[in-house]
Amino acid sequence: MKLKEVSKEELYRCSYGCAGCASVLALRLTLKVLGENSVFVVPAGCISTVSAYYPQAPFFVPMTVMAFAATAAALSGISAGFKRRGREDIHVVGFAGDGGTADIGIQALSGAIDCGYKFIYICYDNEAYMNTGIQRSGLTPYGATTTTTPGRCFENRPKKDMLRIVADHGIPYAATACISYPLDFMRKVEKASKINGPTYIQVLVPCPTGWGFAPDRAIELGRMAVESGMWNLLEFENGEFHTTYTPRHKRPVAEYFEAQTRFRQLSPEQVEAIQREIDSRGAPGSS
Amino acid sequence: MTTMVLSGNEACVEGALRSGVRFFAGYPITPSSEIAEEMARRLPALGGKFIQMEDELASMAAVVGASLAGLKAMTATSGPGFSLMQENIGMAVMLEAPCVVVNVQRAGPSTGWATWPAQGDVMAARWGTHGDHPAIVLTPWSVKESFELTVRAVNLAERLRTPVILLSDAIIGRLREKVDLPPSVPVVDRPRPAMAPDHYRPYAGGPDGVPPMADFGTGYRWYATTTTHNERGYPVGVDAAAAEGLLKRLHSKIHDHQDEVVLTEGRWLEDSEVVVVAYGSVARSALAAVKQARSRGLKAGLLRLVTLWPFPSQLISQVAQRIRGLLVAEMNMGQMVEKVREASCGASEVWSVARFNGQYLMPEQILDKLEEVRRAWR
Ligand SMILES: Cc1ncc(C[n+]2csc(CCOP(=O)(O)OP(=O)(O)O)c2C)c(N)n1
Ligand code: SF4
Repeated sequence: MKLKEVSKEELYRCSYGCAGCASVLALRLTLKVLGENSVFVVPAGCISTVSAYYPQAPFFVPMTVMAFAATAAALSGISAGFKRRGREDIHVVGFAGDGGTADIGIQALSGAIDCGYKFIYICYDNEAYMNTGIQRSGLTPYGATTTTTPGRCFENRPKKDMLRIVADHGIPYAATACISYPLDFMRKVEKASKINGPTYIQVLVPCPTGWGFAPDRAIELGRMAVESGMWNLLEFENGEFHTTYTPRHKRPVAEYFEAQTRFRQLSPEQVEAIQREIDSRGAPGSS
Repeated sequence: MTTMVLSGNEACVEGALRSGVRFFAGYPITPSSEIAEEMARRLPALGGKFIQMEDELASMAAVVGASLAGLKAMTATSGPGFSLMQENIGMAVMLEAPCVVVNVQRAGPSTGWATWPAQGDVMAARWGTHGDHPAIVLTPWSVKESFELTVRAVNLAERLRTPVILLSDAIIGRLREKVDLPPSVPVVDRPRPAMAPDHYRPYAGGPDGVPPMADFGTGYRWYATTTTHNERGYPVGVDAAAAEGLLKRLHSKIHDHQDEVVLTEGRWLEDSEVVVVAYGSVARSALAAVKQARSRGLKAGLLRLVTLWPFPSQLISQVAQRIRGLLVAEMNMGQMVEKVREASCGASEVWSVARFNGQYLMPEQILDKLEEVRRAWR
């Protein structure tokens, strides 16, 4: 996909998202790829909240707000229904937050991949439960403070590796992306849409409100995440992982941490330890 | 005595910590999240444990687990989360695992109106989990009472080995009021076995129906089972008498202690023609309305239900026999009014004033209804 091929049509617009919200942007770009022949399942979270204040109705395609735990299960139901009606041309898309994916929704996601119906599951990963006031999720990175892991009480746990988790289900296609690399993200959405089975894309979406940075810096923050190695752009296809983008210049992780408030309580030693961990990482998918 | 300005949710945490709660497992949901956030901040310093779980099903299960491990345990949630907890609340009833569940009600059904208040869960609190089971449900009308009833909920849970539900709502949870906190509160611990492990019968009720509870890991080997069981904790198999005995004991251990469990507050009950029955945040409006009605010469009284379940049927029936009408004020489509009608059993008229649009039921609306009743009686 090239920039000039990107559709000018806006099928998601005028939401109540915070200024600089990258989650909303991810949804906008997704719809530019998939077009109006799509239906969405959205669980509780920022997207369902900022899309649901009358008279604003930002979705220009059908969508259903599903129970928080149930996004992927609903995708199976819709997809099976379309199959029965011979309408497999319609994109069946789940768009869930990190909490809605890696915590409360992981059982439904696991079950749905196992069911094997055709759907695109997009996890917009802002690394915490933002809609309810920035609580920790299973995708909050080590070291980040939230309202349930305040100050130095951050959880001594790594971010769950959802890509590996879905890959281990034998999913036909899965990828990670970052909003700051829009063409890479959109190309992955396009690829997923052509696969006749379950697919999963996790897109990192910096959140000014929850991470603590100015609203005009979301794209910059995403780039820093990738350049520092805190986030990687990967694909899982035909049973193998590969990297879709390797930054030319590596950035120290300290720079990324300093650009936002949620890592403020980390000591220089802790930052160094994180840097060492990043530097020692092997090829994607290796343990 | 210390004086503090607290929200209802904060008062709940204060009450829980002072009555010995040392374990909290929960999951964020508006308008209850402050309880989890406050627990996360404060429990570690008290040697307690806060865990944020992956959902509410897990939160409730972890609370039951911690209770079996010997800790006073609590969780807090709202609407959708309360629905997800229901199976495990039933488990806690059957295991007789003491614990407290706080539900800060919001407008439903389903996701509903997350930041708006309601009292739509009064029946879910009673009957949300399946099967014949008893329930203790308390509902505070102020910040102070959020503190007091949390203490009471923890103590009742321990004393009677049962889950206790504290039914707050978005108004009380977020209201800030001045509260005088006592230097200490009564603290009740669950009965623990005095006999040697070999003689321990985990589900033998004893004189007050409450079996002593051995903490896991103290040398008592027992089945804490959710299957219908006999006194030893083994499945009843074909023993119908044992099954019936268990259910009867689960109920009677609560109903035989009504005097400790059932709390109400009456105002001008002796001197009323019409009594407003209200609970939780709405009782504040009801009191204001009743005062205004009396100043207009209407003989009105207030019966505030502090305990919703077990339902104070006897009291309602007595009041109904003395007066002409009961007016039930609530923020739902009329849930408790049916229960009041049943208890009054035709002895008095039963009227309803209900609001279910996420807006607070205001004193004026209750007053208007009282005037409507007066006109009807002319
Ligand atoms: C069963 C249930 N539990 C809790 C909630 C409350 N809730 C609504 S949105 C939300 C946070 C969602 O977080 P995430 O999935 O990470 O998405 P984000 O808000 O960050 O976009 C929570 C906890 C709910 N709606 N339903
Ligand atoms: S809190 Fe974050 S994710 Fe939610 S709307 Fe605001 S910027 Fe977007």
